[in-house]
Formats: sequence, structure tokens, C-alpha cells
Amino acid sequence: MDALELLRLNLLSPMVLAFALGVLARLLKSDLAFPEALYTALSIYLLFAIGFKGGVELSKTPVTTLLLPALATLGLGLLRPLSSYFLARRLLSLGRVDAGALAAHYGSVSAVTFLAALTFVQGVGHRPEGFLPTLVALLEVPGIVVALLLAKRGGGNLGEAFQEVLTGRSVVLLVGGLLIGALSGEVGMERVKPFFVDPFYGVLTLFLLDLGMVAASRFATLGQVGFRLVLYGTLLPLLHGAVGVYLGHLVGFSVGGATVLGAMAASASYIAAPAAVRIALPEANPSLYLAASLAVTFPFNLVLGIPIYHALAQGMGG
Amino acid sequence: MDLVPLKLVTIVAESVLEKKLVEEVKRLGAKGYTLVPARGEGSRGMRSLDWEGQNIRLETIVPEEVALRILARLQEAYFPHYAVIAYVENVWVVRGEKYV
Repeated sequence: MDALELLRLNLLSPMVLAFALGVLARLLKSDLAFPEALYTALSIYLLFAIGFKGGVELSKTPVTTLLLPALATLGLGLLRPLSSYFLARRLLSLGRVDAGALAAHYGSVSAVTFLAALTFVQGVGHRPEGFLPTLVALLEVPGIVVALLLAKRGGGNLGEAFQEVLTGRSVVLLVGGLLIGALSGEVGMERVKPFFVDPFYGVLTLFLLDLGMVAASRFATLGQVGFRLVLYGTLLPLLHGAVGVYLGHLVGFSVGGATVLGAMAASASYIAAPAAVRIALPEANPSLYLAASLAVTFPFNLVLGIPIYHALAQGMGG
Repeated sequence: MDLVPLKLVTIVAESVLEKKLVEEVKRLGAKGYTLVPARGEGSRGMRSLDWEGQNIRLETIVPEEVALRILARLQEAYFPHYAVIAYVENVWVVRGEKYV
């Protein structure tokens, strides 16, 4: 399949179309709205299911196989907040606090972007490495921590923010799911498969419908923050995505695995990071980081980014 | 029936502050509180962080000096950066000793 065909395939996937429907519903001022409890329930289901599936794969993976990819992921977790921070200072001429807030989002990871990438490469017929969800958990925390250190340089509510990140629901569900999956293995998987595996993509599609509405309600603030933020929210993922694909290629991932690692590196958090940043850097402007991660980077990765990282991975490993 | 005059402090804030505000009012002397979800809009616009404008409404019945301490603490640590409003009303309760 050529790149254009792949792009078409991606654009016509139920997830991307559901996201578009969410955006459209908000632009048409439809009264469609997800109750917050449903959003919370769907996100709990998705995070736990990702963790669990990854854990089952982990139970079949020798530790030595994990070592290099884990190191590469930690490297990404340390490098991305730095590049995000300095680009925010240079390109957007932001102060230390706002740049740190942005860096926390671009240093962490979006689980839904990871899932969209996984779905895409599986749809193309690749079989990406099974332990990738472990890497999502590894990538989630260090980026936020490094970014907060950059913004704060000591003092403030750092301790509280660490606690917020480490005990936040996304880390608890991901890591907890991983452990449960790893301990119960294939036998355990057989018992919960009808609930955690078969309906998974349906739940993800619904979640993206909601996310489309939330992203669209952020579009209004884009006008206020301007073109440079849009530039930031597209260039940075491309840079991080290329580095991620390259690292994936270095540690011996398949084309599918390198694509997913690229998408993870390119993604920006919008669940774990905002909560941590709101507590640790209250003076940072939420419109800025939420518009960048939700209204620019997430749709960009979902629609264009993932096929681009795939093309890169094919170019390097093909 | 003996009615005792006390103060009702109501705080409406973005829901990310829930844990911190509960800790604060207890530390400053509140013996209990009531918490309900709320939605709305104010000078900072719709809540941006929490899904589609989620706020919380925290109510606590306290003696006057505790009410003043709570307001002073909000003034110092929360009003500058967060979406928070707070106000005090006079209320009369039975079993006044429960609240002090």
C-alpha cells in the first residue's frame, strides 16, 4: 500500500471518523454531551485494558528483550521535555512557567494516541511488539517530572505534583493493569477476554467521539493564542516522532513497533499532565497548554502524524 | 429548642482543588463539610481543565473566627491563580456544639 492509500485508510477508520463527528457536533452547537461519569468510566476501562493486555504480553517476554526498549523510552522521557521547553521559550517567547507547563504535556504521553497508532499498524497488517504498553507507562511520568523541575528549579509544590502524577489514575490503572496481566497471564486473559478485548475498539471509538467535542471546544482559544502555537503543536510532534521512530529502529523494533514508538514520542498528554500542572504550576495559563495538546497536537497526530511516522519507519526499516 | 448562630462558608472552585480544599478547611478548624458537583461560568470562563466545566461546591458550618481564617487562606493561596469564589452567610443550627 502506498502512503496515500494508507492515509485514506486512516481517515476512514471508525475512530478518526468518530472524532470528526465529535468536532462537528460541537461546531453545530448540538446538545450532544457525554456525562462526566461516562467519560471517566470509558477512560478507566481503556487504561486498565491497555495495561492488562500489555501485562499478559509481558508475562511471555524475557526481561532481556525489554532492557533496550525501556532504556530508549526513558531517554525519550528525558529528552522530550527539554526540547519542548526550549522550543517554547524560543519560538513562542514564553516565560519559564508557561514553557514548563507545555513541556510537561509534550514530555508525557497520550494513551489514546498510542492506541490509535497501534490500531493503525495492526490494520495495515503489522504485528507490533506486545510489550509496548509497558513503555507507555514508562514514558508517562519522567517527562512531567523533568518539565516541572525546569519550570520550578526548586521550591513550590513539587512534592505534591509528584504525588499527583504517581498516584494519578492513569498511572495506577496502567501499572496496576500491567501487573495484574503479568501475574495472571494467558489463563487470566481467557477469563476476561469477552469484556476487556472484544469490545475494546468500540469503547475507544466512543471515547474519541467525546474527545472530538472537547477538542472542538478548545478551538475557540486557538484564535487567542495564535498561529505560532499551531506551528509549535505540529512541528514538535514531527521532530519527536522522527526521533521516536529512529530510536525504535535502533533497538530493533519491527516497522509496526517503531511506528507506535514514534507516535508515542510525538504525542502530548491531556489527562495526566494537566492535573499535575494545575497543582504544581497554578500560575501557568491552562488555555495555552490545553489548546496545544488537545486542539492541535492530538488531531494532527490522529489524522496525519501516524501515517507519517509509519512512512518514516518503513523508510528506515523497509 | 435552642438555636445557635454560626457561619455557613460556601466555596465554589474548579474540581481539581477538591482534595486540597477539604484538607484546608479541616486544618483551619471545620468539623465537617458537604461537597457537591457544580457547573458554571465566571470571570475565568468555563472551566478549562476539568471536562466541560466541572466545579465543586463545598459548604461548611463553622464559628466566625474559623470562617475568617478560611477566607484569609483562600485570599492568600487560591484566589490569584484558580477559579474560586467564596462567601459567608449567617445560619442558625440546633446542636451548636457539633460545629465547634
